Amino acid sequence: MSATSPMRRAVLAIAAAASMVTFLPGQRAAAADGNEIRPFHVSIPEEQLADLRRRIAATRWPDRETVDDQSQGIQLAKLQALVRYWGTDYDWRKAEAKLNALPQYMTTIDGVDIHFIHVRSRHPNAMPLIMTHGWPGSVFELLKTVDPLTNPTAHGGRAEEAFDLVMPSMPGYGFSGKPTGPGWGPDRIARAWAELMNRLGYTRYVAQGGDWGSPVSSAMARQAPAGLKGIHINLPATVPAEIAKALNDGGPAPAGLSEKERAAFDELSAAAKMGNRSYAAIMGTRPQTIGYALADSPAGLAAWMLGHPGFAAWTYDSSDPEKSPDEVLDDMSLYWLTNSGTSSGRLYWEYAGRSPVFAGPEMTSEISLPVAITVFPGESYQAPETWARRAYRNLIYFHEVDKGGHFAAWEQPELFSAELRAAFRPLR
Amino acid sequence: MSGTSPTRRDVLATSAAVGAVSLLSERVAAQDNTIRPFKVNVPDDQLVDLRRRIAATRWPDKETVTDPSQGVQLVTVQQLARYWAAEHDWRKCEAKLNALPQFTTEIDGLDIHFIHVRSKHDNALPMIVTHGWPGSIIEQTKIIDPLTNPTAHGASAADAFDVVIPSLPGYGFSGKPTAPGWTPVTIARAWATLMQRLGYTKYVAQGGDWGNAVSEVMALQQPPGLLGIHTNMAATVPPEVSKALSVGGPPPAALSADEKHAWDQLDDFYKHGLGYAQEMSNRPQTLYGIADSPVGLAAWMLDHDIRSYGMIARVFDGKLEGLTRDDILDNVTLYWLTNTAISSARLYWDTTQISTGGGFFDVRGVNLPVAVSAFPDEIYAAPKSWAEKAYPKLIHYNKLDKGGHFAAWEQPQLFVEEVRAGFRPLRKSI
Repeated sequence: MSATSPMRRAVLAIAAAASMVTFLPGQRAAAADGNEIRPFHVSIPEEQLADLRRRIAATRWPDRETVDDQSQGIQLAKLQALVRYWGTDYDWRKAEAKLNALPQYMTTIDGVDIHFIHVRSRHPNAMPLIMTHGWPGSVFELLKTVDPLTNPTAHGGRAEEAFDLVMPSMPGYGFSGKPTGPGWGPDRIARAWAELMNRLGYTRYVAQGGDWGSPVSSAMARQAPAGLKGIHINLPATVPAEIAKALNDGGPAPAGLSEKERAAFDELSAAAKMGNRSYAAIMGTRPQTIGYALADSPAGLAAWMLGHPGFAAWTYDSSDPEKSPDEVLDDMSLYWLTNSGTSSGRLYWEYAGRSPVFAGPEMTSEISLPVAITVFPGESYQAPETWARRAYRNLIYFHEVDKGGHFAAWEQPELFSAELRAAFRPLR
Repeated sequence: MSGTSPTRRDVLATSAAVGAVSLLSERVAAQDNTIRPFKVNVPDDQLVDLRRRIAATRWPDKETVTDPSQGVQLVTVQQLARYWAAEHDWRKCEAKLNALPQFTTEIDGLDIHFIHVRSKHDNALPMIVTHGWPGSIIEQTKIIDPLTNPTAHGASAADAFDVVIPSLPGYGFSGKPTAPGWTPVTIARAWATLMQRLGYTKYVAQGGDWGNAVSEVMALQQPPGLLGIHTNMAATVPPEVSKALSVGGPPPAALSADEKHAWDQLDDFYKHGLGYAQEMSNRPQTLYGIADSPVGLAAWMLDHDIRSYGMIARVFDGKLEGLTRDDILDNVTLYWLTNTAISSARLYWDTTQISTGGGFFDVRGVNLPVAVSAFPDEIYAAPKSWAEKAYPKLIHYNKLDKGGHFAAWEQPQLFVEEVRAGFRPLRKSI
């Protein structure tokens, strides 16, 4: 089964029927040079949803973990509850409606179809912003920030703080195409994003990301394409070389650390000892090997995605709309229906499984554009300001906030949006 | 589906009918030391369900490279799935197993399944052979007759063995632990109990992979009667080499050619091949997909190490090498039918809990006699120089010219010759 082909057909049909696409602002001569931007709607055939429910119902479960905590991974009872809900009361059509309520497009860049959401603010002089999701996230992570960012006056912000938003799906993720050759790491994605902004006619813009969105945005900053004015990241690469070495060697913390530096070291050290990046170790070396189970088993895919430490603090309590299982399942369903469990994992292979928090390998010293950082308390480590200043020579904003985690835009969209407004104010 | 319950029922039925078994056991009050005969008999509906799942496989897209660097390649898994659904016959495997005397007995609250074949020759040397991951007792089925019946295989009666081949806890037809704590330390004690329960007072142990860990720990524990061990995946890596490996190199200076070759093999494994072990050591339960997807399980099991994967990929491409397609699928099917993908992976997790930080191949300090066979395509070929340092009582060392991680399965004849030669020096002490 090819998950994307029916939608591809749908897209082509819509694009053929909708000549309004040529009115897209800033679009250059379409079609002939292959740079056209086609409107996109999500419409998953019912048979794929039925197949998903059938597979969920037929799940063969392993025996229960032999401990009473999460130390062996996702607990059976927790996963069964989520997957049972997925197969019965969860409604993908609502997720589809959420996406289709936003202007979505497809354009081919560097040979790969790139899906993106593009929302212009009604306010003049809105600042164009390209935001990049991560793994196991998707554009769903970012949806709740669309209104606060594009329509700030309805969310306690001012009209002059408005953004025009571009939110692409990374290659191999969601409705974007799957690369068929290697080489699609953050650097290449960054170049594609600059081309996308260029194609949309933006001459001055900023970029934002956490998780994979951080290396992608940082690569953009290193490449400094014409028009990019600065970046905001919520998973910064601040860890200095001597700390990286101590972590790699499993040694003690270097002497002379401040309280916050020591806390960050301890967090990173504990995470390494707990094997928190095991998922990255296998996807970084053998994405195809784990990919077969992720492509064939919805429960297996759900558990694998839940295994990301960013989800560990979530409770899936449906009485709390911020932590609703529907949101998590929107994201999981997107991965399932686009069959991108394997293709998304290859981004880790492109990066050789490396963690994106180390300043040296991320070449932060090569960034001269302005960089803004927000530190969320539930992120995998709390970047100390001292390290951030060493890593980014042009740090224009650094703020520690009191709530939110790895999926900051998803978990705390209002706070996240307020951070972006404040962070980018100096660049307007 | 509960993979083991039908067979459990068979066992109970069989053992009820076989009063003789109680003669084998030394009953201790309140402890069930019964040894019950065991037969494998998987219900048809499980086999039908397996084929249905294989046929309904949803495939990922192809890897974006033309080599195994992203893992098990799509073409190999599709060749495997085609053969699995259309040609592989589990009943043949079942018949092979049921042609061997199999038993279960409860040790430390867990049912342990084992094959037990006594030689017809007097003075046969009792040997307990332990498989590893992603192996099973199926790895060892080819060596049973040559070991127990050497005269039919061109060897002397003086080289005969009685063999005991248990399934590790959480593996195959052994029970699945429901609490943590089953590590090579507890397994080694359980194996000593098993040998004692079988009435053996002098015996040896053999293993590779986890079987090496278990055998080496038995040698550390020195239960009464254990004379020595043979290993085909020796843990000989010196501390300075282990340390350099753990931080990503460079290698210590002045390694000999064999040592440098071992370093290169280990360095590559640590940098590119350790992912599966890290996942199973830290989050075995998260691998739900390999319990739910036969093809997902097969791919996961094929990716143990790059050289055994290469061999298996060639086999499914139609080449004749150490293993056959049926060998490989017998083993994968055993994992599938017993639903042991996750329970087997927990051995990595449990062992990690008692780890003192060393690598799997670090020297353990074994003082009993040790025989080593170094197969070239193993994760690393243990150099003689390291083996001599690791094992002060090294009674045999041989570097083979073919064979890999699944030595007993791939090269049974060579393997058997090694085991005979390795243990010959210990026979005079019987």
